[in-house]
Amino acid sequence: MNREPLLEVRDLSVSFHSRDAVVHAVNRVNFVLHPGEVLGVVGESGSGKTVTMMALLGLLPSPPARISAEAVRFDGQKLLSLPPDRLRAIRGHRIGFIFQDPMTSLNPVLTVGYQIMEPMRHHLGLTRVQARDRAVELLDLVGIPDAARRLNDWPHRFSGGMRQRVMIALALACDPQVLVADEPTTALDVTIQAQILELVRSLREKVGMAIIWITHDLGVIAGLADRVMVMYAGQIVEQAGVGTLFEAASHPYTRALLGSVPDAGGVRRDRLMAITGQAAVLYRPPEACPFHSRCDEAVARCREEVPKRHSCGEEHDVACFRR
Amino acid sequence: MSRASVAEGPDGRTPLLAVEGLKVHFPVLSGVLRRSVGTVRAVDGVSFTIHRGETLALVGESGCGKTTAGRAILGLVPATAGSIRFGDREIRGTPESAIRDIRPAMQMVFQDPQESLNPRMTVLDIIAEPLDEHRKGPKGARRGRVMKLLDAVGLARSVADRYPHEFSGGQRQRIGIARALALRPRLIVCDEPIAALDVSIQAQIVNLLDDLQNQFGLAYLFISHDLGMVRHVADRVAVMYLGRIIEVAFCDEIYGNPAHPYTRALLSAVPMPNPEVERHRQRMLLAGDVPSPSNPPSGCVFRTRCPFAYDRCRTDVPHLRPVESGHFAACHLSE
Repeated sequence: MNREPLLEVRDLSVSFHSRDAVVHAVNRVNFVLHPGEVLGVVGESGSGKTVTMMALLGLLPSPPARISAEAVRFDGQKLLSLPPDRLRAIRGHRIGFIFQDPMTSLNPVLTVGYQIMEPMRHHLGLTRVQARDRAVELLDLVGIPDAARRLNDWPHRFSGGMRQRVMIALALACDPQVLVADEPTTALDVTIQAQILELVRSLREKVGMAIIWITHDLGVIAGLADRVMVMYAGQIVEQAGVGTLFEAASHPYTRALLGSVPDAGGVRRDRLMAITGQAAVLYRPPEACPFHSRCDEAVARCREEVPKRHSCGEEHDVACFRR
Repeated sequence: MSRASVAEGPDGRTPLLAVEGLKVHFPVLSGVLRRSVGTVRAVDGVSFTIHRGETLALVGESGCGKTTAGRAILGLVPATAGSIRFGDREIRGTPESAIRDIRPAMQMVFQDPQESLNPRMTVLDIIAEPLDEHRKGPKGARRGRVMKLLDAVGLARSVADRYPHEFSGGQRQRIGIARALALRPRLIVCDEPIAALDVSIQAQIVNLLDDLQNQFGLAYLFISHDLGMVRHVADRVAVMYLGRIIEVAFCDEIYGNPAHPYTRALLSAVPMPNPEVERHRQRMLLAGDVPSPSNPPSGCVFRTRCPFAYDRCRTDVPHLRPVESGHFAACHLSE
């Protein structure tokens, strides 16, 4: 792929500093996002997937967070060195985002209409009437019935699925080039999740934005992503096209993760493959492969050196010495 | 279909647990005088059986009443109507003192091991609490029994004197399971036992539950919204919607040949970890949200979201009827 990436991240690290300890949450992460593609980010809790995205968007309070990177470029601009007001002009305008819990990310004392219209008036300079028309259009688009009337409702009047639709409308309000979605369907029931995923698939075709979709649900990734990054203990351990990842996963962690999920449609297995132990929290910068203590294939080198990602196939790379 | 055929399990023996017409209604109170202004019909006429050593999964979306049904069986919420029989004894309406001897045989594993373990108690005391409560065994045997339970759930004996906050989610769930095992139960109600855990840890706990079932001949009522995992653990599956069981069948039957439109929609909504399958999948999307259980629709409770609903669904309540042997669905279309 020789296209110019929309977003490029090189050697991004994030650590959190408290009086007693330092936690290295993200360690030298590298990735790119191309226009119009859906990049899935998979990892368990604490793997650093949310922190990575929050750092890019300038949403981590510093202190306690310390962010360092060789480069974070969005459409030619260096994101991390932008002054806060310039960054704010990008965030919510050219990069939209949706978080997991729609209840805590909507302001309970403002009407839904106000919350959708406000960024459009601010970023796009629309008048009140124009913003209102567009807000109705957006709520229609995300499938909220009776949109014009519901603009005047407060968030508590919406169900969980409806609130998440409002969040999507809000994220789309200013025609973003990138949508960052952090576990947006995890708190929802499966039939509602299916509605939201269908909506995102159709919006992607209509609007053509690039999407970063963070989740721990491999099924959701299989149905939505073009390309997948697997994160473990603050590092990207494998990156591949979605078909390759599910058919020919290379990293022992990715393989174990795939083996630990039952398939509701495929063959019923006798026993799930469990990964023994649990993910370590890094109180020091990594000096070894983060997965070595749970890995069946670990050798001496895995305990002494951090593996770098290297290519192991077409658009497929993995951070493992045994590959 | 006779009622007996639902009450009787796969092999016709007396079931370990037989629930008939179970209802749990909660009053909606309002105003200064806390007057009752309505009723939430959380569980509204549910019948099922569980046999010795069997896993029955109770599945459905949030608010369908699956957790309330599980809690009512253990007496953690009062049942409004119906019958709950454990072996040959009726539990519902019987004074607690008269059934104290059978309570140990029915235990529960909770969803959130963070909230269900007392942070001020050591692991030893947490696991031994049911032993103390039911005065099982001599005092001196207490520690020894706890050690055996720790072995059974795969925890090191050295953890006995530590406190819950020192453990990860998966380890805490193991402690919760050890506590549930302490009184040698025959039935464990597992209420979303893995929902709060990471994917790689979920497999550990599910494998543990599987081992314990084989080792101790346990029956499980496995309450879950995770249909992928349910297919892996269950012998039979009962699907709940708005306080009712709308379909019940053997596991392979329900996944391979679902009869009720809601079951079909629910299964088609589960994302599968296979990009090829996902790309070519026909989905049956449901419109709208689940109606409120304080004001359920007339007739079939699913009719407001059902793409096949017709006149009769508005007026007649469908009852569970046999589709195949051991497979029942509550839908006018499958008659």
